[in-house]
Amino acid sequence: MLQTKLKDLAPKNDLINLAILAALLLIVLPLLFDIFRLNLIGKYLTFAFVAVGLMLSWGLGGILSLGQGIFFGIGGYAMAMFLKLEASSPENTSIQSTPGIPDFMDWNQLTELPWFWEPFHSFGFTVFAIFVLPALFAYIIGAAMFKRRVGGVYFAIITQAIAAILTILIIGQQGFTGGVNGITDLRTLLGWDIRTDSAKYILYFVNVFLLIGVMIAAQYIRKSKLGRLLVAMRDSEDRVRFSGYDVSNFKIFIFCIAGVFSSIGGAMFTLQVGFMSPSLIGIVPSIEMVIFAAVGGNLSIFGAVYGALIVNWAKTILSESYPELWLFAMGALFIAVVLAFPKGLAGLYSVHIQPWIDKKIVEIQNKKAKK
Amino acid sequence: MSQQKDFVLSIEGLTVSFDGFKAVNDVSLYIEEEEIRVIIGPNGAGKTTVLDLICGKTQSTSGSIKFKGKELTKLKEHEIVHAGVGRKFQNPSIYEDLTVFENLELSYPKGKNVWGALTFSRDQKVIDKVNEIASMIFLDEMLDNPANLLSHGQKQWLEIGMLLIQDPELLMLDEPVAGMSVSERKKTAELLQKITKDRSVLVIEHDMHFVEEIADRVTVLHQGKVLSEGSMEKVQSDPKVIEVYLGH
Repeated sequence: MLQTKLKDLAPKNDLINLAILAALLLIVLPLLFDIFRLNLIGKYLTFAFVAVGLMLSWGLGGILSLGQGIFFGIGGYAMAMFLKLEASSPENTSIQSTPGIPDFMDWNQLTELPWFWEPFHSFGFTVFAIFVLPALFAYIIGAAMFKRRVGGVYFAIITQAIAAILTILIIGQQGFTGGVNGITDLRTLLGWDIRTDSAKYILYFVNVFLLIGVMIAAQYIRKSKLGRLLVAMRDSEDRVRFSGYDVSNFKIFIFCIAGVFSSIGGAMFTLQVGFMSPSLIGIVPSIEMVIFAAVGGNLSIFGAVYGALIVNWAKTILSESYPELWLFAMGALFIAVVLAFPKGLAGLYSVHIQPWIDKKIVEIQNKKAKK
Repeated sequence: MSQQKDFVLSIEGLTVSFDGFKAVNDVSLYIEEEEIRVIIGPNGAGKTTVLDLICGKTQSTSGSIKFKGKELTKLKEHEIVHAGVGRKFQNPSIYEDLTVFENLELSYPKGKNVWGALTFSRDQKVIDKVNEIASMIFLDEMLDNPANLLSHGQKQWLEIGMLLIQDPELLMLDEPVAGMSVSERKKTAELLQKITKDRSVLVIEHDMHFVEEIADRVTVLHQGKVLSEGSMEKVQSDPKVIEVYLGH
């Protein structure tokens, strides 16, 4: 009995792991790298938000979404729209035929700001939208699918289709969205220039703290009865249903949570990288996001973060020297994960490294005891 | 007859057709309080389908299922569970990746919606209840074991335990002793005697010795219809039953 209780709390290892990760992100990396590289790491970490969300919905709940780019894009575009409006003040855009609207609108002969851009003048609304829009969108998709008991492969394909549709829509509606180039030339956040080195440092740390917050929230969900229910649903959905749970509600909930996490990541991407474009929300980036989670180990929150970091880092290194090889490398990586280490890095860690550490700790304790 | 108050479950004219094939055809069935009713019948007689219809897994084509005066045919699965109907599946269906404790805990009737599940806390009441049920189903030593390590018979018990913790007024068991050893079967019979005290039980079973041991009354289904009903002796001596079923 006591054992069950202890296992339920069991935060010791997790706390140590969190401390190590926090030290790495907050101290080691900033000391090791210049701001250019650190900014890149910040960019990688924005994908960790998505991976943590996928760990909850896919790893725990068995709901594989191949369209998390949708939500990354919602957060990213919401933030980009706000920043773009701020950068498009009448003074800054006085050479346009219609001053005061974003430059790409002017190029596309728009003479008026579209209605759905209006609320993004407000920072409060933008932050609200970054949290609520993805939840709302995920709710609509989730309710339409899960209430009809659509799941598994069909759900994955449909999410992928939605990501594709959204990309096509954004590219097609150039005047409203910036088209294939996305929303670029973002400058200030409430008057604070985000392009400077000091701003990049601050944004990096904000990003890390937000990520840790998201990880703690994910851990809470995972340790709650809801987390165990998700595992139970994966094992035997009917049994859960006939134990008196409305299964679809739980699936919708976790899909919404994963969407909100992705959206926060997207918003931080825009802030740190300085643009948002359809190339980040389509099918390929959405699948890449799944690979981050898979490489890290889709049952581990830490795995998700390390997976996002390492795969993105590898992508940068490889793209710098052999840009055409990256897609092949990524495909090979995914196959390797599925075939050779299905539990990802987290699985390798818990099988090979964790026992070694435990053994060392016991040895040290024994030595102390002898003295 | 259906107006009588004593019936916990009254099924009338229940029919379901799959592409014209009537798997259950105009079945009427009345179950009293604290009754143990066993449904027997050859393969394909529609026994499991009747349970599927009651618990909402399958939608009926026509007919009514009233549970304590409440129409079940329009309710969703989880609403039927909340009304007080519990169902055990033919193959033990438990959560393999969770421990025995967690399996039972998830079935505990608290925190059944999203918010409730997020804020659910494992208080003493839950722990006591899980322990009580676990000792009833002979698994009190194995609470921390992952459920996938249990034997087939233990998995069957665990699923029965998961139903007991819900405290349903009607318990439906689909072949609870299938694949069990002789001693496990005996223990299961004891268990059923114990747990049927305050509730009605509807059992599907093939094992005739087991049926004799537990049944108050027996219903024989054949090709989707009720062939015979009554005590075990009456049913066994019914020439129609002998012809289609026992005579094989």
